[in-house]
Order: sequence, then C-alpha cells, then structure tokens
Amino acid sequence: MYALRVKNLIKTYRNGVEALKGVDLDVHEGGFFGLIGSNGAGKTTMIGIITGLVNKTGGSIEVFGLDRERHLNRVKKHIGLVPQEFNFNMFEKVQDIIIAQAGYFGVPRSQAIRDSEFVLKRLGLWEKRDTVSRQLSGGMKRRLMIARALIHKPKLLFLDEPTAGVDVELRFSMWEYLKELNQSGMTIFLTTHYLEEAEQLCRNVAIIKNGKIIIHDHINNLLASLEEETYVIHVRDTSAVNLLENYHIRILDTSTFEVDLNKKGSLNDFIEQLSQKGIKLVDIRPKGNRLERLFLKLLKD
Amino acid sequence: MSPREIWIAYMTIVRKEVQRFLRIWPQTLLPAVITQSLYFVIFGHFIGSQLREIHGVSYMSFIVPGLVMMAVINSSFSNVVSSFYGAKFQHHIEELLVSPTPNWTILAGYTTGGVIRGLIVGTLVFGVSIFFVRPEIYSLPLIVFFIFMTAVVFSLGGFINAIFAEKFDDVSIFPTFVLTPLTYLGGVFYSVNMLPEFWQKISKLNPVLYMVNGFRYGFHGFSDVHVGISLLILCGFMFALIYTALVLLEKGTKLKS
Repeated sequence: MYALRVKNLIKTYRNGVEALKGVDLDVHEGGFFGLIGSNGAGKTTMIGIITGLVNKTGGSIEVFGLDRERHLNRVKKHIGLVPQEFNFNMFEKVQDIIIAQAGYFGVPRSQAIRDSEFVLKRLGLWEKRDTVSRQLSGGMKRRLMIARALIHKPKLLFLDEPTAGVDVELRFSMWEYLKELNQSGMTIFLTTHYLEEAEQLCRNVAIIKNGKIIIHDHINNLLASLEEETYVIHVRDTSAVNLLENYHIRILDTSTFEVDLNKKGSLNDFIEQLSQKGIKLVDIRPKGNRLERLFLKLLKD
Repeated sequence: MSPREIWIAYMTIVRKEVQRFLRIWPQTLLPAVITQSLYFVIFGHFIGSQLREIHGVSYMSFIVPGLVMMAVINSSFSNVVSSFYGAKFQHHIEELLVSPTPNWTILAGYTTGGVIRGLIVGTLVFGVSIFFVRPEIYSLPLIVFFIFMTAVVFSLGGFINAIFAEKFDDVSIFPTFVLTPLTYLGGVFYSVNMLPEFWQKISKLNPVLYMVNGFRYGFHGFSDVHVGISLLILCGFMFALIYTALVLLEKGTKLKS
C-alpha cells in the first residue's frame, strides 16, 4: 500500500511562478523517502500542499488510499509536519504548545498531558517543559517542532529540512530517532540539503529540479548508476604518483591524492600499481558523498 | 472528526484565548475599565450634573449602557484581531491549518475568546458604574441578548480584519478610522432625537446606534430606534460576518499561498 501518491501536482503562484509542473510521486507505507533539490526547486511547496498550508493549482493526492480532497480531515489526522521555519508561539511554554497541538487533533487533554511527557522526555525537552519557547536554543526549538508533530501519533511524518542549522551531535541523535520512528512503522518523508543525510536515512529518493521530478528510485539503484568512485589515498610521498598512467589523479598535498576509479576496474589493480611504482600506501578511503556527486551530475545534465 | 473531538479542539482554542488575555490583563482588561471610569467621572459626574435629564433619566444613568457597550465593542474586536493576526504573524496559525479542526470550529473558538473578554470587560465597567449611579434594569433578557450579540458581531469583525491584515498597521486602521467614529456617533453620549432631522437620518445608517439603543432599552425601557429592528440588524450582521469569515477560511485568503 502507498502511504502517499501524488499525481500531476501543479502549483502556479499568483505572481506567475510555476513552483510545481506536474509532479508524480509514490511513497510506500513504512518507507523512508527523501526529496532532494536546490533552494526554490519546489520541495516546501509540495509539502505545503499535502499538509494543507498551500493551495494547489491542479493534480491529486492520496494518503493511505484516501483522496485528500474528499477525506481532508481523515487525511490530516494521519499526517505530522515538522516545517523548515520555527512556527510555534514564542510566548507559550513548551508543554502547553504540545498539549494544544494534541487538542487540535481531538486528543483529550488528560491523554495529551500523559503523551506530552513521553514525547518530551524522548526528545530531551522534559526539563524545559515550563520554559517559554523563545528561550530555547536553536536545537531545542527544532526538537520541540518534532515533538509537536508526533503528539497525535501520525502515520506519515513530513520533515522539511529538519537538521538545517543543527550541530553534528544533535544531527546524529535526530537521525537515530528518525530511524527508530521508521522502524516502528511510521512512514517518513524528508526534504534535505544534506545529501549525506539522505544517503544515511532514505531508502527511496527523488530529485526535484525546477518543479519537476527528474529522478525517483531506490537509493542503491541511484548510487549504482555512478560509473566512477573517487578514493582519497594517503601515501608517504606523492612525488612518484605522476608515474601512474591511465588514472585520473589529483594531488592534494605532499602525502594525499584523489583518484577516480572506474567501477569496471579493480581497486586491487590500482593498489598493485602503487606497489610496483614503490609508492608506500598509508590509508585509503572512498570519498563521500556519492549522492552529492550524483546530484550535481544530474543538475548539470 | 467526531463531535467529541471537535469539542476538544474548540475548547483548546478557547482555553488558549482566555489564558492569553488573562496573562496580559493589564493590557487587555484594565485599560477599558480605567478609560470608561474617566468617562463616568468627567462626562457623567462633573458635566452630567449640569445637564438636564434625557427621557426622564439623569445624564449619568443615560450614558452607562453606551459606555458599557463601547467597552464591549472595543474589547471583543481587539481581542480577536490581535490574537489571530499574532498567530498569522508568528506562523503558529499553521498549527491549526495542518490539523483536522474544521474551519467553523476555528472561527467559533476565536470568536468565543473575544466574547468572553468583551463580557468580562463589560461586567467590570458596569460594576464601576454602580459607584456613580444606581442601576436600573428594565429587561434582563434584552440586556444579556444585546451585550452577547454585540460581542459576537465585533469578535467576528476582528477575525475578518485579522485575516486581511498583512502588517501591524492594518490591525489598527479599522478600529481607528471606522469603529471609533461609529461608536462615538452611535448615541453613546446623546440621544439622536437631539440632532437635526438630517443628521438623525444619517445617524440611523450607523449599525452601532441600534446596538447601543437596544442595550439601553434593556436598562431604561426607551430607545431612539425600534428595538425589533435592532435585533434584526444584529442577527443580520452576525450571519453575514459568519458567512464571510467561513468563505475566507475555506479559500485560505491571506492564510495560504
């Protein structure tokens, strides 16, 4: 079953900007889906239309088999949204924000109080429950938005660049939590600028460019389409590296260089070549991020 | 949503609205009481004592219903316009827009918040008036009906104003240039029968006149206009404003791009 089916979604803003030009997209139930695109590609517009913040110009949306237009309120109950910008009341306390959001979804107050304790503890905000939201740090505000989106136990969670401006430690802990949510059965739809994030988390990925999906596939298939792999090689001395013929090499400093190896070729062959030329290998690692290179290649095309 | 879930959503909005204006009561409840008290002292007590009776009641007694009504109009309107526009400005209105709460419930919740503030302020102002003049009650049901309906109508007006407002200036334009003149010229301080015939006819185009007079009828049993027409005008305004607000919410005017 599909958690989300988008067909021929069109959005033309009043100023004539065509943000979406007929987008088709499927997300399987229980999937972890990533939508990648540059600024202004149409990612936020698409999430806005599905969640009810933007009016569409044309097309259709189904959520868990329910037509969004005909079953709007049932569809909304299944959806949770973590928007890109902070959009909670800066003068309200953390727990009050969560409880009110539960109320808007028809969750009784006593249950909302209990559930808010669980979700705030899980996101490390329980100690801040009586703090006015504007006094939270940036990372805490981001977590507050996740807590708010989860309070009514949605089946489909949209996250619009959730880790933008978040430090590395918090980003990794959020990734772990999102994986945990996904493993518990929640379908996750993520937009991100961090391609490493998509590569780490998402099983299916779509790339959107100028309001159109230019690629939509399983992440392994996408990465397999890359014909070359770049490796970063550490050696004792790079002075003999130029002796390696038939390889595309970039020397970075006196002990490091990069090499692009065709997937048809063998890494063993390359290491043997190094040995034959007397170059002492210290370390070798693939250069991340593969998805990033694919993304740049597709945008270039 | 089931009726119970809708009730929960409605009560959530109402609770938030009431908590908001109670939290900042020196801004939301106190100013109206102080202003109207000054009117009682200056117009009612100092100047009013020099004036003759109107329809057989003292000038002080005559202006009490109008001043209560003026406080109710301003409080209910400004409560909803500032709260809903604040929600738009900070984008936390999106919390409601992504939820399954029906549009009519959103409207009812915000309107109820405005009505409750209007009624609290009206009661406080009326309470202060007791220090100046002994209250007369001609018809309690009419008093309750007019004050309640007026609070509803102006809460709805505040909601529509907030929908269209794009900056903080837009929140104050309507109250300053439309609401205040209509209220002051709506028979709060005088009987329209005291005006020349031409100005009487012009005054009768002012809907606030009907609200003030209907409310005053509940206290003193006299009115410059027919009370039945006042009732109809209030009901007419209420339904027209509800319809307009719901259409705007349905379209997402100034709320959704």
